[in-house]
Amino acid sequence: MISNLDYVTLQQLWWIICSVVGSLFLFLTFVQGGQTLLWQVAKTDTESAFVINSLGRKWELPFTTLVLFGGALFASFPKFYSTSFGGAYWVWILILFTFIIQAVSYEYRTKPGNVWGSKTYELFMFINGSVGVLLIGAAVGTFYTGSAFSLNSMNQVTWEYTLGGVNLRGLEAAFSLFNLSLGLFLVFNARVLGALYLLNSLDLVAVTEMEKRLRKAVWINFLCSLPFLLYVVVSILLRDGFGVDESGVVSMVSFKYFLNLLALPHLLVLLLAGLGLVIWGVMLGAFKGSVKGIWPAGLGTVLVGLCVLCLPAFNSTAFYPSTFDLQSSLTIFNASSSKFTLSTMTYVALGVPFVLAYVAYLWKMMDSKKLSTEDALDHEAY
Amino acid sequence: MIDVDPSLVNWSRAQFAFTAMYHWIFVPLTLGLSFLCAFYETIYLKTGNEEWKKITRFWMTLFGINFAIGVATGIILEFEFGTNWSNYSWMVGDIFGAPLAVEGIFAFFMEASFFAVMFFGWNRVSKGFHCFSTWMVAIGSNLSAVWILVANGWMQNPVGMAFNADTARFEMQSFADVVFNPVAVSKFTHTSSSGFVMASAFVLTISCWYLIKGRHVEMAKKSIVVASVFGLVASVFVAFTGDEAAYEVAQKQPMKLAAMEGLYKGERGAGLVAMGIVNSAKDPGDVQDPFLFEVKIPQLLSLLANREAGSFVPGIDDLVFGNTEENIMGVNTMMEKGKVALADLAEFKEARKNKSEDVAAAALERFKVNEEFMGYGYLSTPEEAVPPVSTVFYNFHIMAILGSMFPVIFGAFLFFSLKGTVTEKRWLLPVGLFTGLLAFLAGQAGWVTAEVGRQPWAIQGLMPVKVATTNLSVTSVQITFAMFAVVFTLLLIAEISIMLKQIAIGPEVH
Repeated sequence: MISNLDYVTLQQLWWIICSVVGSLFLFLTFVQGGQTLLWQVAKTDTESAFVINSLGRKWELPFTTLVLFGGALFASFPKFYSTSFGGAYWVWILILFTFIIQAVSYEYRTKPGNVWGSKTYELFMFINGSVGVLLIGAAVGTFYTGSAFSLNSMNQVTWEYTLGGVNLRGLEAAFSLFNLSLGLFLVFNARVLGALYLLNSLDLVAVTEMEKRLRKAVWINFLCSLPFLLYVVVSILLRDGFGVDESGVVSMVSFKYFLNLLALPHLLVLLLAGLGLVIWGVMLGAFKGSVKGIWPAGLGTVLVGLCVLCLPAFNSTAFYPSTFDLQSSLTIFNASSSKFTLSTMTYVALGVPFVLAYVAYLWKMMDSKKLSTEDALDHEAY
Repeated sequence: MIDVDPSLVNWSRAQFAFTAMYHWIFVPLTLGLSFLCAFYETIYLKTGNEEWKKITRFWMTLFGINFAIGVATGIILEFEFGTNWSNYSWMVGDIFGAPLAVEGIFAFFMEASFFAVMFFGWNRVSKGFHCFSTWMVAIGSNLSAVWILVANGWMQNPVGMAFNADTARFEMQSFADVVFNPVAVSKFTHTSSSGFVMASAFVLTISCWYLIKGRHVEMAKKSIVVASVFGLVASVFVAFTGDEAAYEVAQKQPMKLAAMEGLYKGERGAGLVAMGIVNSAKDPGDVQDPFLFEVKIPQLLSLLANREAGSFVPGIDDLVFGNTEENIMGVNTMMEKGKVALADLAEFKEARKNKSEDVAAAALERFKVNEEFMGYGYLSTPEEAVPPVSTVFYNFHIMAILGSMFPVIFGAFLFFSLKGTVTEKRWLLPVGLFTGLLAFLAGQAGWVTAEVGRQPWAIQGLMPVKVATTNLSVTSVQITFAMFAVVFTLLLIAEISIMLKQIAIGPEVH
């Protein structure tokens, strides 16, 4: 069955698989968004304990998904892995640092003898939720804006961007308004998701004042995300893109991404449905007194994420373009693993639905009872 | 080829070694302590005795503290392949990426999902399901080790692949060969069981401290019984798998074995150096004695390396300069062939670029003749193929000597525990107190042996480390090295402090 799939289909399939993982990660950034809300929505130690312990039961999921995203890209698109991670060195290193400091923060924050004090770990969480997500957005933005690199005949990357003689190794991505806007949209969207998740997981009877602040945070952060979202969407529709002809030659094409949306209407449907679901989730959380807004907003984020990640890769487009040397640009066809590896990995990926099923089952089992004061203040709690 | 600054290679190497060694402080405990928690909880489930639940929750707390920093130090390793070893990532990503992706799909999610149940599910799920979750965390942690060691084993013994001159990379031909690579199998069994030993030793150390202080005596005695059984079985298993691992090294990485034993002149019926002081002034090919002092067991090295007491074990000189009598091709000859292969490959790539298909086909045919030596073409001198001998020798011997002590220590604790006299053996408790530290040293020494011993290769015989590195500025890597050093050290200080506090508090609160 799988071995009968042709190489092109496998390459496209694996880009979709990687995009699904990446989009799920964007949904799971509710943990990061929730972390940045801590000082805003929690005004007492008890409320802080609620927020931290609610997020603390899920913090490993985005972390693990990020690792899986990296592993899947390494296995299926190794040229992207080597070019982007090796080239845009500083962006990825800084992203990783924000996740390193997050990983210990939940476990250590309130433990006796934690040396650096609970505020330090709360700061680590804030940095992870703000800087980490912002930089991930900026890195994804380069799928549209491109990066200045070249590849030699052995596919070894040289990063060509310098400022005042200093090679910034990817930090220049933050100089692009588009990349920054995408990053800031993700930060505010993560905060919306974080507030919606907290509304869903907490026993709100115990924290009525915080509930009001959470519902307000849903709305305020959604409003904050709108200008950046609009700028990103309009910019995508209007900007030139990196087209690839049949012989693999890359050239600039006017309105490339707009044309891609027209050529791939299902992506347009994903985008519109996703945005609609996010708005629905926001309305549920902000105005309807519901605790279920996380589900439509989460699904909406996944759909928007899928569109954002697939749009620059399909319809003869270079997904990791080089502004320095167009012909060094990466497409899903020149950056992928061999057919054998992709086939093998596809068999492995058949296990993913099983994994998702038990993750969902455990989530349901653990969250069937809302987080109570007793849980949040338990001596073993975070 | 991009010219690579040697100091960049060394800083990149240092950064990876540093992060890997930090990671390896915590991972072995995770591998073993997760199973010990599962054992303790299973006993609780079977007996219903609340004392076992208290014991389980105490060790689980220490597991959680350790697990968090293990995760923190682990994420960087996967991504460092991309950030600091991008040429490596491209050239072998087709093969090496697959185990990492499988690890992510099947192991990390199992750990992450059941971890939440294990820590916060005591009052939310049934006792049976909670115990099942603890087992799943243990299995997930060890599955993770399986896949990363499959990847590492492939670097030590690249199998199941072929070089594709068109894409200029190695491509997978057989996933089964990669997964069931004998080096990977011996590496996993040896490494994971050494983690079991370390975790058991950790439990002994803390339990002995309690016994010496006269605190939590019942809890400590119960913990020791289970840890001694686990530690004894694991340490005996480590010895067997260590023998197998050494055999694989002898067959696949003879230079590493020669460095482990400080063997310069190969010989039949070679003796095993039980202990010795390496002559640091010794160079390959000179006439100096390799040791200032040595104690040798006759014929044992040949027996361990080839399963035959009279067999020939090549030394560093044989491997570097060749030995026609024993039909060993020297690195010097392989370098010549490798440089021809690289020249032919460059000609092939150029011809392909210029669409000169006939020239390309001829160059490819010539390349195929010397393809297997391609990696050696990157070396500057034959001596470059020799790893730092004294580092490898001492670390191997520290590991082996300490490793041989553990079955005795665990056996003694088990014996006296079963007799019910372990608290009376005042001479034994201090031994147990230091067992954790010794096991930690043995584990680190084992990794240094494995990884320094394969230098200069990133992939044995195919890609030297200097070719694998990303073309970065040295300053960038120096800065990130410093960042890692500071952050990891601050986290380590916090981890140790929290651990000590939890140990001081003990299990009362559970």
